[in-house]
Amino acid sequence: MKRRTLLATTAALLALGTGAFAQSDDVTKVGFVYVGPVGDGGWTYEHDQARQAVEAEFGDAVETVFVESVPEGPDAERVMTQMALDGADLIFTTSFGYMDPTVNVAAKFPDVKFEHATGFKRADNLSTYSARFYEGRAVQGHIAGQLTESNIVGYIGSYPIPEVIRGINSAYLHAKEVNPDIEFKIVWAYTWFDPAKEAEAASVLIEQGADVILQHTDSTAPQAAAQAAGNVYTFGQASDMAEYGPMPRVSSIIDDWAPYYIARTQAVMDGTWESTDTWDGIGPGMVGIGEISDAVPAEVKASAEALRDSIAEGSYHPFTGPINKQDGSVWLAEGETADDGTLLGMNFYVEGLEGDIPE
Amino acid sequence: MDLTSINPILFFASLMVAATPILLAAIGELVVERAGVLNLGVEGMMITGAVIGFIVAVSTGSPWLGFLGAAVGGALISQVFGLLTQYLLSNQVATGLALTLFGLGLSALMGQGYIGIKAPSFPDLHLPILSDIPYLGPIAFQHDPMVYVGLLIVLAVWLFLNRSRAGLILRAVGENHDAAHALGYNVRRTRMLAIAFGGACAGLGGAYLSLLRVPQWTEGMTAGAGWIALAIVVFASWRPGRLVLGAYLFGGVTVLQLNLQAAGIAIPVEYLSMSPYLATIAVLVIMSAGRSPGSLGKQFHAAR
Repeated sequence: MKRRTLLATTAALLALGTGAFAQSDDVTKVGFVYVGPVGDGGWTYEHDQARQAVEAEFGDAVETVFVESVPEGPDAERVMTQMALDGADLIFTTSFGYMDPTVNVAAKFPDVKFEHATGFKRADNLSTYSARFYEGRAVQGHIAGQLTESNIVGYIGSYPIPEVIRGINSAYLHAKEVNPDIEFKIVWAYTWFDPAKEAEAASVLIEQGADVILQHTDSTAPQAAAQAAGNVYTFGQASDMAEYGPMPRVSSIIDDWAPYYIARTQAVMDGTWESTDTWDGIGPGMVGIGEISDAVPAEVKASAEALRDSIAEGSYHPFTGPINKQDGSVWLAEGETADDGTLLGMNFYVEGLEGDIPE
Repeated sequence: MDLTSINPILFFASLMVAATPILLAAIGELVVERAGVLNLGVEGMMITGAVIGFIVAVSTGSPWLGFLGAAVGGALISQVFGLLTQYLLSNQVATGLALTLFGLGLSALMGQGYIGIKAPSFPDLHLPILSDIPYLGPIAFQHDPMVYVGLLIVLAVWLFLNRSRAGLILRAVGENHDAAHALGYNVRRTRMLAIAFGGACAGLGGAYLSLLRVPQWTEGMTAGAGWIALAIVVFASWRPGRLVLGAYLFGGVTVLQLNLQAAGIAIPVEYLSMSPYLATIAVLVIMSAGRSPGSLGKQFHAAR
């Protein structure tokens, strides 16, 4: 009985499978692996908006599939393998922790194209792409340094990886530039998405005197915590989070993946897809600065916008020397700018930041 | 580096708040387990309560009605578990796990239109006179009402289990269901009521997250709180008093960990995160008194 059921199921699956393969000849199938739910209001939400933009752009020529809340680890490998088996032509894996799973699965499916966000391992059929969030962090730091009255900025980190450390350094340097007395308190949440934990982290930072909260986690919970505390400023992370404006959310970093996803899908359809490494910032529009609200004084807003524009046109690099490392050793000499290699592997704090980066 | 930046008053105050959702869920599960039923679906009932509470609170504008709705919703979904395990005699562990998965999916579906909406505010209750006591006042008497509701429920459960005839029957059912049945007590009805109570409490705990702690609806927002509640019941060796201790210990470690980090003290987070579980194991080893109810997790059928 059981064996018969098994046989029947296998037959049905095979039929489904061949059906999917037959279909994939004329329709380009694009898969997305998300780390949080599409309704997180932040990181995954923006990836899903871009997925919908791909669908809108190509209509019936493209079929998209996504799996949300996929844990970073072996489970991710299973999800990607399943997508590839189901006939996906192009798969976007949208979190740092999917790096090794993506590499493994890409090796198994040489005909499927893979795109891994924020990582650094590539292969013939595996591209990487990321946004220069640290450019946005520079603008945030610039505003935060001038808004704070307690001179304490709270920072909710997710994991101690280069992307997050870059953001902390960039925000700190630009806050310090406008406010020499600034102090950063950093809490590592060890999660990308856990509203309760993020809210707690925000409350703790506020209790310890922070009146500006920067977050590198994906939910809007810290915004809500800041709103409840009153008189605390926040910035939208990954998405605009405009529903919390004009206070506490005074601006935001917005990730706009749509143009990239559309271009890469087009490349697969044309057969011109190649393994590349894309790292775009404010200039090409992959990083956007959300509307700076009226809670920010006009002159601060104007100088922040000037900073944004100078980064966009390339006349200013957020990591321009002289910058020392935390231990006082020289990292960048006067006028020198950081190269991408160092930035991608950044594992040190700049001078002035307190505490150690967890192992 | 600088411990003085941790304000002890604010620390203990936020500890009470952080512990409340797990306390609520755990006290419900304690009653369920004392009745001899192991319901691993706490997480699923919590998240269902979180979304139903949020929906009711947003549409009526009243957080109190939201909590009521969450309790009813949690109790209803727990009856699915009760029906399957008590009447259809399905495996309790498997059904409980299924309930968790079902709750997570159902809540995501129900919450579709409620993402990014703010919950109606629920002002803190400043108890007159008591809240003016120096130190103790701000720590213990300036919270939202649900913190006290949670503690009152624990007190009520203690009174019920130890000072009432009905509580004695419930414990008898949990210790030896065959004997309780032979004495003429209705084992199934007792257990169904206990399961409903457990569901209602888990629902309240979930709604505390979505209406007060976070306060908004996001998918998967309980993020494992239900499992911690299950662990606390074992930690408390099925006693309401120790349950409060356990919940505050877990809540305290969560808050302490973040406080220490913000103060710049570099204790690896992993050690702090595992400490409550290590404490649970230590307590279980030291106190052999922590015996589980005799019929816990066993199936009952009157004809056997």
